[in-house]
Amino acid sequence: MFSPQAPPRRPIIEFRNITKRFGPVVAVDNVSLTIEEGEFFALLGPSGCGKTTLLRMLAGFELPTSGKILIDGKDITRAAPNRRPVNMVFQSYAVFPHLTVIGNIEYGLRIEGVRAAERRERAEAALAMVQLEGYGDRKPDQLSGGQRQRVALARAIVKRPRVLLLDEPLSALDAKLREELRFEMSALQDKLGITFVMVTHDQDEALALATRCAVMHKGSLMQVATPADLYEFPASRLVADFIGSVNLFEGRVVVDENDHAIIDLPEVGIKAWLDHGTGASGTVQFWLALRPEKVELHKRQNGEAPPVMEGTPPGYNVLKGTILDIAYLGSESVYDVRLEGGKRVRVIRPNLTRWDQEDFTWDEDVWLGWHAEGAHVLLQ
Amino acid sequence: MREAPGLLDYARRWPLRLVMIAVGLFLYLPLMVLIVMSFNDSRRTTQWKGFTLDWYVAVFRDGELVQALLNSLTIAAFSTMLSVVLGTLAAIALWRFRFGGRTTLEGAFALPIVVPEICLGVALLIFFAKVMPWPVGMPWPLNLGSIVIAHVAFSFPFVAVVVRARLASFDRSQEEAARDLGASQWRALVDVVIPHLRPALFAGALLAFTLSLDDFVITFFTAGPDTVTFPVKVYSMVRFSVTPKVNAISTLLLLFTVILTFVALRLQARAEAERKA
Repeated sequence: MFSPQAPPRRPIIEFRNITKRFGPVVAVDNVSLTIEEGEFFALLGPSGCGKTTLLRMLAGFELPTSGKILIDGKDITRAAPNRRPVNMVFQSYAVFPHLTVIGNIEYGLRIEGVRAAERRERAEAALAMVQLEGYGDRKPDQLSGGQRQRVALARAIVKRPRVLLLDEPLSALDAKLREELRFEMSALQDKLGITFVMVTHDQDEALALATRCAVMHKGSLMQVATPADLYEFPASRLVADFIGSVNLFEGRVVVDENDHAIIDLPEVGIKAWLDHGTGASGTVQFWLALRPEKVELHKRQNGEAPPVMEGTPPGYNVLKGTILDIAYLGSESVYDVRLEGGKRVRVIRPNLTRWDQEDFTWDEDVWLGWHAEGAHVLLQ
Repeated sequence: MREAPGLLDYARRWPLRLVMIAVGLFLYLPLMVLIVMSFNDSRRTTQWKGFTLDWYVAVFRDGELVQALLNSLTIAAFSTMLSVVLGTLAAIALWRFRFGGRTTLEGAFALPIVVPEICLGVALLIFFAKVMPWPVGMPWPLNLGSIVIAHVAFSFPFVAVVVRARLASFDRSQEEAARDLGASQWRALVDVVIPHLRPALFAGALLAFTLSLDDFVITFFTAGPDTVTFPVKVYSMVRFSVTPKVNAISTLLLLFTVILTFVALRLQARAEAERKA
């Protein structure tokens, strides 16, 4: 699902200082955002963060209180929904129940005034594109949820929009189908070359599909970055916590050089070693973010000496803990480890062989450690 | 141990059966008597003398009665059409738009449903007498105009209520999808909202038609001397004597409404089947 980075492209959508109020509630707060042509862009955030409102303003179903929206450099802020070069796949699919599948797909073309022969040809092509050949004469209530979703997709792409909008496109489907459709959507976007803008609260979906994501919180943009950057280099605790899970330690910079930094973590009584400088002064309060899968577990039963972590001098990046709980998930196991001071750390360990899950057990004493490149520093 | 009875099992117990039969008799016995007596070969309606179709022949010989029936059907047809259009538009306006005085308007629409018919009748009488006199001596069917207006006034709220209820189950994103695919507001309404409303439009039309067809009170107040409807005519006939002729024409009317209901239900069932097919 990873597509290689294309060279920089020209902007297709521009949000300029967009604010939307519903009465006293500020749904979107001064958002400026540029989306480039050919991107698969995801608006990610918890429910009520304003992501859907932003998408609906792009489609024309809501008018911004202030600000401008441009598509291809043209101001479409106040254009009617039927006068915008965008088409949308709705969360509920909104397939017309009284029309057949082909009738649904042809609907937009009929309004455009496309002749019957061409209409049918394009509709059939769109149907083939979403792998629903032969379903044209069915009525929507004879289709499964996944098939209805494909009809909604075909109905939108047959119009050849400049931008395809997707509102939580996979949220109503079961896990297996969701994964299948993820691959298909990705392939579809490659084939069509249309810019996709997707709204989702599902971080896995955003990471898997998007070339770039915007994380929203309470109407504001928190961070706009590629999925890998969002996960590995989150800009704030909020983003780190929303994308995946994270262990946070409060800390202070003790040594800050170009090629390494030493951070005091008074909360757990140890020092951490980073392989790069932080550029942050020692007095600034900040946090060390550590993803669960970047923490290693080592035996500590028979008074084993603390392991030396890769990239660090001895004594750094190791913590004493006791396993409190284990969740075996098949491909990996999740360990809830209690540190000596009482703080809890979450560790994910892949089950590389069939016996790995038996390596550690409940109430076992362990060393926790991480690589010099494992942790990330957060200033807010 | 005995199992708890299922929902339909109760229908097999005798006390419930008894009640069901009693209710059935209570509802339909008078109608059956009416139908049977319409074939009675006697001037009196109380005694069975023998089978005859004379009363049905007599009905069609009675020009005034036929004219009254024709009037009623014409009025019902026009008022149904107008009521469905007005009621649907009213329901859509209340559902779709937010505007000042919306709740007041909603209440005002429901008012004719709860206002006693006699009040509405008197009000309309004064209205047609003082405010907007309907021209006298118009050719048929224009002379029925005032009655049609009166009937629309009390039946379109019923249509609005039925349509409103159906609108509540409409998924607004379908309308948005139509707009998104290029439809104007009006086009989206016609292409997506109206198809969803179809069953409610049938039901509302049927309701408006029957309401108009058998209305007596309001018609009595708004009808001119030369525009007699069927219920008013029957009433005036009964004032002299209940003849089997009244029975006969009532039976015909009953048959007509049953057929109409049947057809409406069939149409609806077919529309439903088409949706499923």
